[in-house]
Amino acid sequence: MSAAQGPAAKTERLLNLVLVLLYTRRPLAKAQIRGLVPQYGETASTEAFDRMFERDKDELRALGVPLVTEEIDVLHEDEPGYRIHQRDYALPDIEFEPDELAVLGLASRSWAQASMAGPAAQALRKLRASDVERDEGALIGIEPRLRTTEPAFEAVKDAVLSRTPITFGYRRPERAEAQVRTVQPWSLVQWHGRWYLAGHDLDRDDTRVFRLSRIDGTVRTAGRPGAFEVPADFEARVLVERSAPSGETRVARLLVRPGAGHSLRRRATRTSDTDGSWSELSIDFHDVDAFAAEVAGHADDVQVLEPSELLERVQSHLRGVLAAHEAGA
Amino acid sequence: MATETATNRLTRLLTMVPWLVNRQGIELEEAARGLGVTVEQLESDLNLLFLCGYGQMPDELIEADWEEGRVFVGNADTISRPLRLGVDEAVTLIVGLRTLLDVPGLTERDAIERALAKLEAAAGTAAEPASRVSVDLTDAVDPQVLAHAREGVQQHRRLHLTYHVPGRDESTERDVDPMRVIAAEGHWYLEGWCHRAEGVRMFRLDRVEGLTVLDEDGTPPDGVSPRELGESIFSATESDLLVTLRLLPGALWVSDYYPVESTSDEADGSRTITLRTADTAWLERLVLRMGGHVLVVSPQDLGERIAARASAALAPQTHDVD
Repeated sequence: MSAAQGPAAKTERLLNLVLVLLYTRRPLAKAQIRGLVPQYGETASTEAFDRMFERDKDELRALGVPLVTEEIDVLHEDEPGYRIHQRDYALPDIEFEPDELAVLGLASRSWAQASMAGPAAQALRKLRASDVERDEGALIGIEPRLRTTEPAFEAVKDAVLSRTPITFGYRRPERAEAQVRTVQPWSLVQWHGRWYLAGHDLDRDDTRVFRLSRIDGTVRTAGRPGAFEVPADFEARVLVERSAPSGETRVARLLVRPGAGHSLRRRATRTSDTDGSWSELSIDFHDVDAFAAEVAGHADDVQVLEPSELLERVQSHLRGVLAAHEAGA
Repeated sequence: MATETATNRLTRLLTMVPWLVNRQGIELEEAARGLGVTVEQLESDLNLLFLCGYGQMPDELIEADWEEGRVFVGNADTISRPLRLGVDEAVTLIVGLRTLLDVPGLTERDAIERALAKLEAAAGTAAEPASRVSVDLTDAVDPQVLAHAREGVQQHRRLHLTYHVPGRDESTERDVDPMRVIAAEGHWYLEGWCHRAEGVRMFRLDRVEGLTVLDEDGTPPDGVSPRELGESIFSATESDLLVTLRLLPGALWVSDYYPVESTSDEADGSRTITLRTADTAWLERLVLRMGGHVLVVSPQDLGERIAARASAALAPQTHDVD
């Protein structure tokens, strides 16, 4: 019966469909397509084929394959035809100079350790498809490293790129409980090593800046792609800089077990030993979330004396670890 | 390699075919390396390719041959050009280039602008959303210091640094054989072999008080390489402990970040990875830092130890202060 099982068979079917629709000089009717793509020929009924074809069409379009519907001819007005135009499908022929390829390579590699490493590498491979491999002798001498370690990054990035409204839980440093926010995501900015979302907060009817590391839980879409326009004069960077002053340094006091926490000890601005021979450290920090994660990494080797916000954040981290491992046990 | 979805594999194949068509006869291993896949994966891809065509007659099918260890792909004219850039693909390169454009004192500015113009023209509508993502690497770096550090890296020249160590609040003088200049997490760093410390060190450029390029060869000692940025680098061996972790959606980056042996994506959006390590201290720290987004599946005692440490840290604090 049907060999169309599993992901490999699906890839085969989709690839055949792409090849058939690119090769044809005229739009093809569904029945013709069913005859040309063997996996469609094996479907049990016309209804099953229809459903499969509809899904495949949507998936190809989502991948950026420009599959279009065209009239087959004037006699078949009701019967749509399908094809993919080579001119819309193919990446235009571009020739890059060696120094341009070198900077493109660097731009691609700067994402190598981020969640977008895959697209960055694939984009470069496409641009270099017809290029003879050269030694990129022009060493530029610098390596920007972009990180996307915030759990919310992928979902927020997709929403910004597709202009889709989203809703998410957001923790403010001064409040313990996360609040639900609904936002038109206008712009994503990395500033001082952290990602921020700037957008229009629909409940507050005003522009707001959100730090991605403070987004709590799942980001959900709250509308359709392209649901809003971003004002042409919107300056996300300016807004982010204004709302996230970098100079705000705070001091934490920690107790560190003898022989432990060396990375913390190295950064301490003041160190004194207490009776129990634990050391008391004063450490400057900017970002309470990032610092809480670091302190949580030391678990019971470190105790937070102050501020209480840091202590709460560390404890909530550790409770998460505990819950995850107890549930899994 | 991770179990990839059918559509992800399709886009990969549509990129792979033009790449191979332009490199007829390339060695199998070299092709796999260039395509970022294993040899087994590449063979399985080629096996799939030659079942496909614009019709099912033999002369309509794609030809793929790698019998002699060299890869030939033919009869693939319909897909011999790559698919246009997708939005994510265009955005990564455009944002990456614009970020470079902001680096002070970069002499490649002209090349970046030319590349950017060509790329934007080629990407068409996929380039448009890139305007909504921007990266500001850092505010404070002395362009002069950055330029000299780069010069040292490019020309393999030794550098002399006056460097402020904030922990001890003192200035130190040191000679460094530079390896690379990195921008990460809001700061610029110079990494190199420090003759004073006799080890590889990372120097934050905004703490450099003075930097001179010396008229001396600055090639680092043999066998010394830059450290991996992250918790710790380890070269795995068979005798190392095999650890299985489950990554929840927010922590999937971990599998790109550390050298993993295998990954598989689960239906619920989580990912299971295995990796080998001789030292579990960094791994414990990682799991603790991730606040429940990373879960140790095995070995069980490692998970138990981490849970016990978390639990001990949460217990009422018995240590008297003041």
